[in-house]
Amino acid sequence: MGTLALGRGKTGSTRRRAGQSHLRSGIRAVTIYALLLAVGVISSIPLYWMVITSLKEAGKEFLFPPVWYPNPQVWSNYVEVWTLIPHIPRYTFNSFFISILATVGTLLSCSFVAFGFARMNFPGKNVMFVILVGTLMMPTIITLVPTFILFKTLRMTDNPVPLIVPFWFGGGAFGGAFYVFLIRQFMMQLPRELDESGLVDGASYFRIYWQLILPLSGPAMAATAIFSFIQHWNEFLFPLIFINEPTWRPLALGVRFFLNTYIGCCARGATPWNMLMTASFLMLLPILFVFFFAQKYFVRGIALTGLTGR
Amino acid sequence: MLPLTATEAAVRPAKRINRGRLKYYAWGYLFVSPWILGVSIFTAYPLIYAAYLSFTKYDLLTSPKLIGFRNFSTMIQDDVFYTALGNTAYYTFVAVPAQLVLALFLAILLNQKMPLINVFRTAFYLPTVTPTVASVVLFMYLYNPDFGVFNQIVGWFGFERIKWLDDPAWSKPSLIIMSLWTVGGQMVIFLAGLQSVPQVLVEAASIDGAGPISRLRHVTLPMITPVIFFNLVLGIIGSFQVFTVAFIATGGGPIESTLFYVLWMYQHAFLNLKMGYAAAIGWVLLAIILLFTLIQFAVARSWVYYEGGES
Repeated sequence: MGTLALGRGKTGSTRRRAGQSHLRSGIRAVTIYALLLAVGVISSIPLYWMVITSLKEAGKEFLFPPVWYPNPQVWSNYVEVWTLIPHIPRYTFNSFFISILATVGTLLSCSFVAFGFARMNFPGKNVMFVILVGTLMMPTIITLVPTFILFKTLRMTDNPVPLIVPFWFGGGAFGGAFYVFLIRQFMMQLPRELDESGLVDGASYFRIYWQLILPLSGPAMAATAIFSFIQHWNEFLFPLIFINEPTWRPLALGVRFFLNTYIGCCARGATPWNMLMTASFLMLLPILFVFFFAQKYFVRGIALTGLTGR
Repeated sequence: MLPLTATEAAVRPAKRINRGRLKYYAWGYLFVSPWILGVSIFTAYPLIYAAYLSFTKYDLLTSPKLIGFRNFSTMIQDDVFYTALGNTAYYTFVAVPAQLVLALFLAILLNQKMPLINVFRTAFYLPTVTPTVASVVLFMYLYNPDFGVFNQIVGWFGFERIKWLDDPAWSKPSLIIMSLWTVGGQMVIFLAGLQSVPQVLVEAASIDGAGPISRLRHVTLPMITPVIFFNLVLGIIGSFQVFTVAFIATGGGPIESTLFYVLWMYQHAFLNLKMGYAAAIGWVLLAIILLFTLIQFAVARSWVYYEGGES
């Protein structure tokens, strides 16, 4: 495209200018694609490495220089890993159980609270909202020790309660205010007439929330569901503190404990990196699934928070 | 505004209005009540309880014993406190600027109307959703001094093998490089910011003869300063709390070179069971983060541009 424009540009001064700008935009497009491709290749190396290592024969992962394309590809690693890592089926179940219940709680309670902030009015609302935004910037780490003691006193460690229940409190815990903020920003954009027509029809405020506003907040709810599921699926620190027994360990902890049997104090032989990569990729799979089916909500979800307008 | 007042005022006597208004307020409080409860139990109470604990000696077995400022005086005499703080500051003040520059660069690249651009957006964001544990395990393998692929790549450029996470001089840079792999979140926020820059302004500058660099410097960057500020503030708050990567990959070593502040706090709380001391360590971190955030908000007036002056 660029060269064509250059050839034509020779006839007249106006055409030349047009030709040059074509050429320039052609060069620009090529440069941008080249940069995108370069960054794409570099940033793909780690995940590519995860996948190919997960398919390597035992022992082949220790070769140097490393092999970039494994032959043979041992797909049976994906079967073997289910018996190699103790309790891994249980860990997987736990991760789904915790992530889904925490996400349902986040969706219900955060949208409920967001409705209050977006569509209702009451004394103290603005102060509360400032506090809510303030908690977004509070380091959650500081609440770690007291929250642990709280659940320990209630004898609720070593079960999934501390990993689920706090997220049923409308974003009041562990940075969940982000979701209230996101849903509220969306609800603010919906026309006021909706509520008024609901009131005229004799609907209670709860019905206005549940049957009018919530069904219209789909995009914000979708973004919240995705962010929340990924957050809980990936969470490491909270399970590490609250869960000691394997019974309720999520996958993130399980993989780390498996790694720990090979590295550090309790080493018992060469680390089976191929199996670790297999387990890591299995852990990534549900996220990939969610991600590819709902990726458009990522950018939109962040745009929704209106961060850009502030 | 109350949706009811106009109609009600016309038909109903004054007393009913008050009652209607109270009922309306009650509904409002009902809606935000889960958050009020949550923020009281899981944010306000822990903050206050941690403040109390920081003046006590508490091992979970016997009840907390008040010891005055002893935790704080122990801390300022503890060499490890300065090591942990220094490591964390090093990590934060190198990683965050590097992350922001890279994220902004990627966002500018991705802010094009070109075919396949969505494929690249997805590819660049993907590492960010990778579970931390999986990506840490992966990087431990990539960084392996004996058979890791990074040493092979380094070798192509004629460099000696690097011991990466096993070398105290390289351990922090290694973790920082790793953090650059997951700048997708910041990138997407920048991208949303870039997309909200009015195209009219960019075109006007273009007609006035401004080249791409000058347009970026004088139009785009000033317009997205609020987004840069947002990413900077949250980036620093997040990096001060770096934990998982060091906990899994290095355990704080070699020779305490990756002993970050929160890792140190974790060790005191959950390995040494010094809950009082850990609470004090936590509160000092809160104070430090608060201080940095306030400084940034104060400095922001001089460089962050708010359209129409609204907040």
